[in-house]
Amino acid sequence: MDWQAIWLSVRLAASTTAILLVLGLPIAYWLAFSPRRWKFLVEALVALPLVLPPTVLGFYLLLAMGPRSPLGALYAKLTGGMLPFSFQGLLLASVLYSFPFTVQPVAAAFAGVDRKLLEASWCLGVSRAATFRRVIVPLSLPGIATGAILSFAHTLGEFGVVLMVGGNIAGVTRTVSISIYDSVQALNYAAASATSLFLLCVSFTVLALTYALQRRIWAVWPIN
Amino acid sequence: MADQLICQCRKRLSKGFEVEADLRIPLRQAPVTVLFGPSGSGKTTLLRMLAGLERPDAGSIVFRERPWFDGARKIHLPPRQRRAGFLFQDYALFPHLTVAENVAYAASRETARKLLDTFGLAELAASKPRAISGGQQQRVALARALAAQPALLLLDEPLSALDASTRSRTRYELRRMLLAGGVPSIVVTHDRMEAVALGDWMAVMVDGRIRQTGPVQEVFRRPADPQVAESVGVENVLAAEIAGRESGLLVLQVNGQVGGARIQCVDSGETGPVFACIRAEDVTITRQMDQVSSARNRLAGRVRAVIPEGAVARVELDCGFPLVALVTAQSAAELALREGENVSAVVKATSVHLAAHTWIGGAA
Repeated sequence: MDWQAIWLSVRLAASTTAILLVLGLPIAYWLAFSPRRWKFLVEALVALPLVLPPTVLGFYLLLAMGPRSPLGALYAKLTGGMLPFSFQGLLLASVLYSFPFTVQPVAAAFAGVDRKLLEASWCLGVSRAATFRRVIVPLSLPGIATGAILSFAHTLGEFGVVLMVGGNIAGVTRTVSISIYDSVQALNYAAASATSLFLLCVSFTVLALTYALQRRIWAVWPIN
Repeated sequence: MADQLICQCRKRLSKGFEVEADLRIPLRQAPVTVLFGPSGSGKTTLLRMLAGLERPDAGSIVFRERPWFDGARKIHLPPRQRRAGFLFQDYALFPHLTVAENVAYAASRETARKLLDTFGLAELAASKPRAISGGQQQRVALARALAAQPALLLLDEPLSALDASTRSRTRYELRRMLLAGGVPSIVVTHDRMEAVALGDWMAVMVDGRIRQTGPVQEVFRRPADPQVAESVGVENVLAAEIAGRESGLLVLQVNGQVGGARIQCVDSGETGPVFACIRAEDVTITRQMDQVSSARNRLAGRVRAVIPEGAVARVELDCGFPLVALVTAQSAAELALREGENVSAVVKATSVHLAAHTWIGGAA
């Protein structure tokens, strides 16, 4: 089993999930509560990675990250490095690729919070930001957990975007799925089978966990 | 004059329905104001505009000389700057917090603890809202709102989530709590018994407009127009003409199919066509046709229907015009009223209230 690749994938997935939670919660809040008419455009943009072939997303990202693009140039100026074929570039790609997996369940959870509870909080003299923290987030914990778990799992298993943006550098961009592909190409079926089984088990556990959370088999807070 | 809530604003809702409220509440004389009207008359929308949860299209809301909303000057204070506590119909307690945490949500632990004691909630402090009864939830919601030290308390149908038996007990209790809280309150209700039991002041809303405001008794006794009369529950609204004046009383000719009838009432200076409003409770029924009493109005009629309604019975009479009487079930039984029988309906002259009949062309 390619432990190096597994460790890399886990690091990538954890970082992606953390960044997505920071970025995704405000966007989910906006999507759930904004009265703007053009909200659907943002919704479509956020959902785009769901339907776009990973190679297409990867291709555009590669162009956007290249040293001759504004983003690539800026990054080179700030860090001296390059985004393509680096862990940072992979992280950026993963964040974009997994965006809907965080935002959609979280936005659905936010929208499901009884609006009267928010109004009650406002009328008690509590600001919108504090209401978000004290009422919306605690009542949306199952949705937030679902979003985090799905993003983690989705990043763990991604292949196309990684191949386009990251390539196959051991310890830098060779993730689990790339490692499996590599093993098969090298006719090393034993290694491929071990890593695949590992990924299968992880994916199943994660999905089982997600559905359990959604159905509230156990409550997030204890029932009196 | 400073201690007033003045609201003159309008808002167009979907379906072309417009709420146009012109309301002035003297907060000192009216610790509890009842906003009364039938369902769908716009009461809740008005309450939400006062709280800052809905933005009126135009107009102004001024509370104790502070503008809460001014369409022309583009002032619209958000709810948290108005400090108007809002009690939702289903109380909207935070389900993830305990009773104590709910009450302390916008207050210090100390204030919350005192209120828990005052409202008899100390024993439930650690319970979650879903584990306590409706009446208890209402007390928690009220304690939570008072803990935030509001300048005004707005209650949207506070008793409607309770079952019937709890409701009548809670009416008295709620008024006591509102007065003890010392915060001027506006209570929305469509139940006239609730209005009488809770309010000092009353504003009647019909079809999105405030039709009458004043002390509760006054509004019930003297509805300003037939629609107010109908919504405050005056069953008999009779089209009539003033036929003359007799020994200080006004003589009315009630329009009916067969000549109608004459009734007398207190002269309130009305002229021309009027509506005579008589509450069904004020109509008594007797079988003695010729008894002399202080009652001026003795109308011969025929029983058209007797409809039992729990402890009371609703008796529909034909006195040349339709007249509804509300008698206790017991007296209905004693009188053994049956359809088609001739009886006398007695109405005191002081129980007939006139509403000037200004907006319908002919007689009703």
